[in-house]
Amino acid sequence: MAEITLKSLAHTYLSDPRSPEDYAIREMDHVWHQGGAYALLGPSGCGKSTLLNIISGLLEPSSGEVLFDGEVVNALPPEARNIAQVFQFPVIYDTMTVYDNLAFPLRNVKTPEARVHERVMEVAEVLELTAQLKRKAKNLTADEKQKVSMGRGLVREDVSAILFDEPLTVIDPQLKWKLRRKLKEIHQRFEITMVYVTHDQLEASTFADKIAVMYEGQVVQFGTPRELFERPNHTFVGYFIGSPGMNFLEVVTQDGRVMAGDTELAVGQGVHDAVAQARSTNVKLGIRPEFIEVHAEAVEDGMQAHVDHAQDLGTYSIVYLTLGGIPLKARIEEDQPTPTGKAWLRFPDERIGLYIDEFRVEIDHE
Amino acid sequence: MNKVYNNRAWWLILPMLLLVAFSAVIPLMTVVNYSVQDVFDANTRFFTGTEWFEVMLNDPALQAAVLRQFAFSLTVLAIEVPLGIGIALIMPKKGWQASAVLILVTMPLLIPWNVVGSIWQIFTRGDIGLMGWSLRELGYGYNITSSPVDAWATIILMDVWHWTPLIALLCFSGLRSIPDAYYQAARIDRASKWAVFRYIQLPKLTNVLVIGVLLRFMHSFMIYAEPFVLTGGGPGSSTTFLSQSLTTMAIGQQDLGPSAAFSLIYFLIILLVTWVFYTAIMNMQKDDKIQEA
Repeated sequence: MAEITLKSLAHTYLSDPRSPEDYAIREMDHVWHQGGAYALLGPSGCGKSTLLNIISGLLEPSSGEVLFDGEVVNALPPEARNIAQVFQFPVIYDTMTVYDNLAFPLRNVKTPEARVHERVMEVAEVLELTAQLKRKAKNLTADEKQKVSMGRGLVREDVSAILFDEPLTVIDPQLKWKLRRKLKEIHQRFEITMVYVTHDQLEASTFADKIAVMYEGQVVQFGTPRELFERPNHTFVGYFIGSPGMNFLEVVTQDGRVMAGDTELAVGQGVHDAVAQARSTNVKLGIRPEFIEVHAEAVEDGMQAHVDHAQDLGTYSIVYLTLGGIPLKARIEEDQPTPTGKAWLRFPDERIGLYIDEFRVEIDHE
Repeated sequence: MNKVYNNRAWWLILPMLLLVAFSAVIPLMTVVNYSVQDVFDANTRFFTGTEWFEVMLNDPALQAAVLRQFAFSLTVLAIEVPLGIGIALIMPKKGWQASAVLILVTMPLLIPWNVVGSIWQIFTRGDIGLMGWSLRELGYGYNITSSPVDAWATIILMDVWHWTPLIALLCFSGLRSIPDAYYQAARIDRASKWAVFRYIQLPKLTNVLVIGVLLRFMHSFMIYAEPFVLTGGGPGSSTTFLSQSLTTMAIGQQDLGPSAAFSLIYFLIILLVTWVFYTAIMNMQKDDKIQEA
């Protein structure tokens, strides 16, 4: 059990880093609280696995500190950190039975055999592996193997945290869901800090209470799934979370009007003032496809857009629109009429996010 | 799914059958032919049935050669397999060192049998050979032409030098194919070095080791040129292995009948041992599956 703190942590694989791009992890501070279920979400190559390996001690960071409960553990190897890690591909000891696999970490530290038995039986029961205990691990299915590698982490009672590195990659979709629920169950039962690395937002939001979104070696936002959805901190989060991602329109103010391309946007005074005050040339307004009001007929304050095509996904459709030369996506529910040819859009003010140099700036609507 | 039964499909194996017939069965048949006859000249021959086989099986010199052969093969296997694994484990994994070591290790494998024999013949000479001379200078009366112990030790050393690289290379490639995650998981599980070897590396090496042991057994059981050049089978007959006995009989004495019978026995021994070994290994893996059911 531990609280994991990352203090001005940075890591590079190069011996002579020159620019921020040379860093796999750019300088960051972060705290994983004891007992939390966290997800580390990001695209391939954003540094998620690097960060995980630094926490577990498989990698030593180039600079900064990793603290467990306030103690610096940089120099401690993984075996001394008391951490469990589950890898993308199930790691099992082929020649051993499931029982011996689960007992392995305990036997390595010379735990009395009676205690080993007790723990193995307990963990096997939680993971529903009791029936397989006598089988050779080699002959298990992928999801059973992954449960065994997870079990080897759980079997140690004093484990500080369990780290998951995309553990469901090789699991069949219908089993994924089952295993994810199992993970949640284990989390609630043992109250262990869990950090779950994934590039799948659905996986992240069903597992974690709080998600850290990583982008180019940085945590760009750390929040609940709802926060990430409603108030993305960074354009990347807006784009990466949600399906489809957030719409972004590059805007400027001209003669007191907010212009996106050659079209004036109908937005409130608050948004207008905020855009006008921005001192950057990189100003964007973001709005989720779910929040765009799409009307098939002309409405007051409606911006006229061109409908390119619509994609019917059953309970809802995605409408592909062009507004002032900028492509937009909007999501409409099945009971709403799908516009063809032209559509009139409205952006509710409170749903608009202002992004200056890619970072969110709060708008004062007063 | 409905399985279609059509026995005409057997014709499809005909080309393979022909190929095997011409490459193996027909040449072997000529040996079988000689083994059951006593041939005097092109026109005079007698059918002898199993007589040659009985003679050969009861020949004390040959029985001794068979035992010697097994002793030799098992000894070199017992040394080369662990040594090969050990070398593979300490070989550098990357960088120019890896390439350099790989080339150095492979070198003995590229040298022809006869040349290996000659190299060691010179190497072990008491007057000009580095090893022979050094051992004598150190006060040990090393002499492979008079001491059977010296001769045996030298032949085994030579075979180990020549063929351990094969096991090492096979194991090296086997070790390279183990994903890093296994080692990382082992560290997190606090496995000792021995446990990593016993439960990760060795199981992953099983397949290459089966191949390595089979190859080495067959090779060593057929060894001929190296001891022939080095010791000529001596002193006495202490290093006369099966191939050499056979050659002496077939070429030296022109005893075609007995040597044909002996060839077949020789061939069957190799076949039997490799088959038993292979089946035993395969059954070990099968048992797992039965256990599972």
